[in-house]
Amino acid sequence: MAVSTFILNNRFGYGIRPGAPAASSVAEALAGLTARDPLEKTFRRPSIKERIKLYEEDRKIRRDMRNNVAGAGERRKDFRKKMRMLIAEDRRAFLARASLSDFGFRERLVGFWADNFTVAGKNQQLQLAIGSYVDEAIRPNIAGNFSELLKAVVTHPAMLLYLDQNVSVGPNSPVGKRRERGLNENLAREILELHTMGVEGSYTQDDVRQFAELLTGFGIGKNGFSFDPKRAEPGAETVLGKSYGGERPSADDVFAFLDDLAVHPDTAKHVGRKLAVHFVSETPPQALVDAISAAYRDSKGDLVTTYEAMLTHPASVSPKREKVKQPTEYVISTVRALDVGDVLADSPVRELREGLAIPLMAMGQELFRAPGPDGWSEAGADWITPPALAARIEWATLIAREYGQDVDPRELLRQVLGEDVSNALKVAVAGAESKWEGVALLLVSPEFNRR
Amino acid sequence: MKNGMTRRTLLRNSLIVGCSAAASPLITPVTLAAVPGDNRLVVIILRGAMDGLDVVQPYGDPALAGLRSSIKAGEAGGAHDLDGFFSLHKELGDLLPLWDAGELAFAHAVSTPYRNKRSHFDGQDFLENCGMSSDGTLTDNRDGWLNRMLTLVPGATATTAFSVGRQRMMLLNGEAETSSWSPDSDLDLSPTTQQLLGKLYAQDPLFEDAAQVAFELSAKMDGAMNPAQAARAGALASFAADRLNEETRIAAFSIGGWDTHNNQKTALGRPLRELQAAILTLKERLGSNWDRTTVLAMTEFGRTVRENGSGGTDHGTGGAMFMAGGAVKGGKVHGDWPGLGELDLYQNRDLEPTRDVRAYAAWTLRDMFGMQQAALEDFIFPGLDMGGDPRMLR
Repeated sequence: MAVSTFILNNRFGYGIRPGAPAASSVAEALAGLTARDPLEKTFRRPSIKERIKLYEEDRKIRRDMRNNVAGAGERRKDFRKKMRMLIAEDRRAFLARASLSDFGFRERLVGFWADNFTVAGKNQQLQLAIGSYVDEAIRPNIAGNFSELLKAVVTHPAMLLYLDQNVSVGPNSPVGKRRERGLNENLAREILELHTMGVEGSYTQDDVRQFAELLTGFGIGKNGFSFDPKRAEPGAETVLGKSYGGERPSADDVFAFLDDLAVHPDTAKHVGRKLAVHFVSETPPQALVDAISAAYRDSKGDLVTTYEAMLTHPASVSPKREKVKQPTEYVISTVRALDVGDVLADSPVRELREGLAIPLMAMGQELFRAPGPDGWSEAGADWITPPALAARIEWATLIAREYGQDVDPRELLRQVLGEDVSNALKVAVAGAESKWEGVALLLVSPEFNRR
Repeated sequence: MKNGMTRRTLLRNSLIVGCSAAASPLITPVTLAAVPGDNRLVVIILRGAMDGLDVVQPYGDPALAGLRSSIKAGEAGGAHDLDGFFSLHKELGDLLPLWDAGELAFAHAVSTPYRNKRSHFDGQDFLENCGMSSDGTLTDNRDGWLNRMLTLVPGATATTAFSVGRQRMMLLNGEAETSSWSPDSDLDLSPTTQQLLGKLYAQDPLFEDAAQVAFELSAKMDGAMNPAQAARAGALASFAADRLNEETRIAAFSIGGWDTHNNQKTALGRPLRELQAAILTLKERLGSNWDRTTVLAMTEFGRTVRENGSGGTDHGTGGAMFMAGGAVKGGKVHGDWPGLGELDLYQNRDLEPTRDVRAYAAWTLRDMFGMQQAALEDFIFPGLDMGGDPRMLR
C-alpha cells in the first residue's frame, strides 16, 4: 500500500526539508532506523562517564568553597559557566540533529521513547546527565527488542538519579542495617506505572514494593551504572507472581524480571496505545491500538515489527491531520521547512537562547524539562492555548521575516504539505502582500501545526 | 468503562438546570442573582511543599527547638510574633500591617487527604483536582475544583476565571471555559493579518478560539516584558489584579521554589519574598476591590518536623495555608494544634494534619459565591466533610 510521502514524513517524521532525501515508503522509513547516520559523529556529546567526572570536579570545588580555600569562588563561577554551556550544547545537538536528519522517523522515535522513559532536568545535576541519556540509553535501542531499551534505561545514571534509585537501600542489607536507610519505591513504581504496564496494568502495591526490593543494589558509580550487593535486600522477591533472586543478590535477577516484564501482555497493550496516541490521534481507533499491540505481543517485543504494524494500518495514514505538533516538533519542522538547520547548528549559544529556548518556553515546552515522569501532554488543547498559540505565531513571524524573504510561499506550501490543504490556506499564501508574510501564514496555519 | 453520562454529569446537570435551579436545594436564589457578583477570589498554588512550620512558626510549642538546629523560629530566628504562640518568618515582615489590620490569617496543621507517597507532582495534581482518595487518585476527568465550581455559576463567561502565567494549571482545567494569559504574551499583528488568520483558523475551532482570545487580550494589554520578568510573582499578581478589576472574578497562578531540602534558612527566603510581593501587589492594585477579595495560598503538603542532614527539611504531611484579603476576618491562626511531641507526630516524622485543607477552600466558596454544602461536599470537593464553619471571612 502506497503511503503519501507527506503523511510519512510529517506524521511519522519531523517534516519535509525541501531538496533533502525523504522516505517515500514504509520500507524506507523502517530501513532508516538502522542506517548509518553521518550525523552521529557530528553531534556526538560527552559520555556519562565524562559527565560524572565533571560533577565530581564540581563537588570538590564546592567543598573547597565551604572550607574557604582561596580562589574557590572564582573556580565555581567558571565551572558553572562551563556546565551551562555544555547543557545548552546538549539541547542544540538534539534540535539540530533532528532538523538536519534524513531519517525523520528515527528522530521521532528517539523523542517518543525519551518521553515514555522521561527523565526531566529538574536540577543542574540532572540537566547535566540528560544529554548523555538520550544518546546512550534511548537512541541505540529504538530498533531492537523492547527489553534491551528497558534495560538500558533502567541502568542509566540519569534515570537512577531522577527516580531516586541512588538513595534506595534494602532495609536488611548491610548498608541498610548500619545506616538505617531505607527503600525508595519511586523507580519501581514508575517502571510499572509509566514505562511498561501502564496505570491500568495488573500490578499491585505489593508488586511495587517487591520490585523496589529487587532493584536495591542498583546505583551510580564512578563509571556509570554500578551494582552494590551491600545495598541490596537479601533474599528472593516475588513480583507479578514469579520469584526472582535468592540468597546472594545479583543484577541478573533484575534483568530477568525486566525481560519478563517486557513481554507481559499489559506491556504490549500499553506500548500499542502509547504509539497510536502519540503518532496518530488522541483518540485512536481501538483496531489500530490492537493491531500494534498484537504485533508487539506476537513478536515478543520486536520494535521494528511493532512499528510496521502501525505504519501499515489504514487508520495511521488517513489524510486527516489530527495531532497537534508539540512545540519542539513545531520548531524542528519549521527549521526544516526553511532549511536553516545549519544556522541552528552553528549559531552562538546566546542567540539560541533568545531565538529558540525562550520561545519554546513560551510555547510551553522547555526541552528536557517535562513537568513530571509521565512526560509531556498528548492533548492538543494543552498546547494551543491563547498564550501558547500567541508564542507560536510570534516566533513563526520572526523566523519568516528573517529567513523567508526569498522563498516562494506557494512553492514551499506544495513542498512541505502537498496539495491536501484547505482552499483558505492556498488563497492566503498566494495572496500575501510579500513573500515572507506568505511564509508566515503557512507556518501558523492549522495544517502546518497539525500532522 | 465509562458511558457518556457519568454520575458527575448527572449531578452537575441537576445543579444548573434552567429555571428549576431556583427550586434546587443546591443553589439558592441569592446565588442566581448575585453571581458572578462582586466578590473576587485569588488562588495561589505554592509548588514544592512549603514548610508551614518555618513560615507560621509554632515557637510556643516546647518541642520545636529540639527538632531543628539551624532553622530557627521565634525570636531566635528574627521572626515576628503573631499571637504569643505562632510567629511569622522574618522575611514576611511587610505582611504584618495586614495581620494587624485583620486582612491576613492562616490555617495550620492542614492537608489534603493525600498520604504517604509525598510526591510533588502527584500532590500538586491532587491539590488542584481535590479528589478524595488518600493515594492521590484524581477524579475521572482530571479537572480542577475551581473549574467544577465555575460550572455551577450561571452567567460565568470565558473571562470570569483567569489562569495567569505560563504554568499550566489543572486547577482551572475542565468543562467550564476559562482564560489563560501570561503578562509577557503579545501578538503584534496588523488588522489585515489578523483577519487573514481568522479565515485560516475558521475551520479549526481549537485554533480559532485560542487565536480570538489571544487577539483580544493582546489588544488590551501591554506585553512589554520578557518571560523572566513575567514569571515573577509580582507581575502575575499585577496582571491578575487588573483582570479582577474588570469582569474577571477568579484568578489563579503559581509560585514555586518551596522545596527546601538543603540550607532552608537561606533557601526559603526567595519564595517567601515572592509570595509577599504577590499579596502586597494584589492589595495595592485591587484598590477598593480588595475589600471584597479573598486570596488563598495553598501547597501540596508540608515538610518533616526534624531538620535533615543538610540544613533542610524533606517532604511531609501537615502544613499551613495563607488567607489574605479585605474579605478575610484576619488576625487568627485557624486550626487544631496537634503538638510536636514524638507521640503527636504523623508517622513519627510529620506534622499531624487535624483538618482537611479543602474544608477552608469550601467555606471560602460558600461565603464568596454562595455555593451550597451539598454541591461542595459531593461535587466540587468529592468526599469532603466541611465540618464546622471556621468563620474565616467577614
